Amino acid sequence: MTEKARGSVANGALPWMVVSPAVLWTLAFFAAPFIAMAVVSLTLHEGGGFSFANYQQFFSNPSYYQALVNSLEVTGIVTVVSILLAYPFAWILAEQIPERWQRLALILAVLPFWTSYVVRSYSWLLVLAEKGVVNNTLVQLGIIAEPIQLANTRFATVTGFVHFFVMLLTLTIFANLKQLSPSYRKAAADLGAGPLRTFLHIILPLTFPGIMVGAFLTFVLAIGDYITPQILGGNNELLMPQLIMLQIGRRGDFPLASALSILLMAVVTVAYIACARWLKIERA
Amino acid sequence: MRSGIRLATIAYATLIYGFIFLPVATLVLFSFQATLFPVPPFSGPSLRWYQAVLSDARLTSALANSLFVAVISSAVATLIGFHAAWGFARFWIPASAILRGLITLPLTVSYLIIGMGLLVLFNGLGLPKSLIAAGIGHVVINLPLCFAILYSQMGEHQANIERAARDLGAKEWQVLLLVTAPMLWPALFASFFLSMTFSWDEFVISFLLTRFDTTLPVEIWNLLRSGLNPKTNAIGSLVFLVSIAFVLLFELALFRKPRS
Repeated sequence: MTEKARGSVANGALPWMVVSPAVLWTLAFFAAPFIAMAVVSLTLHEGGGFSFANYQQFFSNPSYYQALVNSLEVTGIVTVVSILLAYPFAWILAEQIPERWQRLALILAVLPFWTSYVVRSYSWLLVLAEKGVVNNTLVQLGIIAEPIQLANTRFATVTGFVHFFVMLLTLTIFANLKQLSPSYRKAAADLGAGPLRTFLHIILPLTFPGIMVGAFLTFVLAIGDYITPQILGGNNELLMPQLIMLQIGRRGDFPLASALSILLMAVVTVAYIACARWLKIERA
Repeated sequence: MRSGIRLATIAYATLIYGFIFLPVATLVLFSFQATLFPVPPFSGPSLRWYQAVLSDARLTSALANSLFVAVISSAVATLIGFHAAWGFARFWIPASAILRGLITLPLTVSYLIIGMGLLVLFNGLGLPKSLIAAGIGHVVINLPLCFAILYSQMGEHQANIERAARDLGAKEWQVLLLVTAPMLWPALFASFFLSMTFSWDEFVISFLLTRFDTTLPVEIWNLLRSGLNPKTNAIGSLVFLVSIAFVLLFELALFRKPRS
């Protein structure tokens, strides 16, 4: 925005009057809660002075840091599987489907996600339940004799996540593929590269930054999510958000829950910095 | 070779579409189940579970609560986001970049942590759990979005028209209300609508910050405790239907206009 666009009025208090509601709202209901959480995380549920006891407890108690390990493993698996499934799909939508059908194809791919988030996880429970659609079909076909346990497992959590992120990544990769100028392809063909070589050496590297952004988004959204692991994974294996909610629900332990939240936020921040730095190097 | 690739392409796309649609199709199909469990074999069609949903006062009041929270919090987020976007775009404000960064910062933090923070703060201040508390949380998550959308739409072109209005004697509030807002209505509508959908679907903040009167996603969550139940399928299908109606409305209002 140029200086000219910023009005020529002599302004006085007006600029502050219009921007202050948003600034104050963010300070009061985003910054202040964060500070409150940081302070509370240094106290103890049982009372007593300030200490790092909650943080020490996290790193010394295996059942606590195991939740972080689980979260990182699940999120990692989800990110990789989603990219592997979404890339060919996005490629098909962008390159194999006639231009005029592409919008419809995308709308169709997004449509099922307009249910509520809780309902979507519940729907997967229906599919994966002991007497659900998948087990029923497999038994009917004679592939398995007895229903196998699919719900309340890590597999169910990963499936629920992958379902959502395949859609999200398809959108980002699709946008990326559409932005590529066709002249790259022509140039590669002129220089004698076949379709496979063009894809591996031209298309794939050019869409890599887009994949990374999608992967980062997947990581951040998945690692902070409570609904999917709670509904689909159950309590057999706890992820970080479940551990946090458990502290509040069962014991009312706000200090420990605050400390865990801040640790989770720290992990996301590290991932963000790594991703931002990587993208900067890539661009330079 | 070529037709082989074509075939593989079609097979793969079908497989992914199947994967994407499998849960929703199962949900809707078994919402018409006549018997007690939403698992095969299908025994419908029957509307008994839809009747059960519509006669469940908890669910219908949760639906009303959800709409109430969504409309009010979206209106607040759009309104203060619009004022801030206009202020930052049109006037020189000290530390503008830092303040704009502050307003958009909540976008990078997960809902769980925003909800946790508010819970700890309200608990410390002795404020009770309520729909208003959840609504405050929804404004926190939607304000950055509204601000970002509206700020990106404040261009040179509108600034010139605003200047013309001022030259013709319009007061600042008249400029904002009668000139800027009408020019930006598609962006205002988009902000409000996006906020509505996020608020409508939001679970964890409402779960942490409400108690007796609660929103629809939390009430559906409570239903899940009873295990698989066709009633949950029915309410889920209804939510799906409402959301699709929202999207169609959005499509018609925003994207069809420029073509005519």
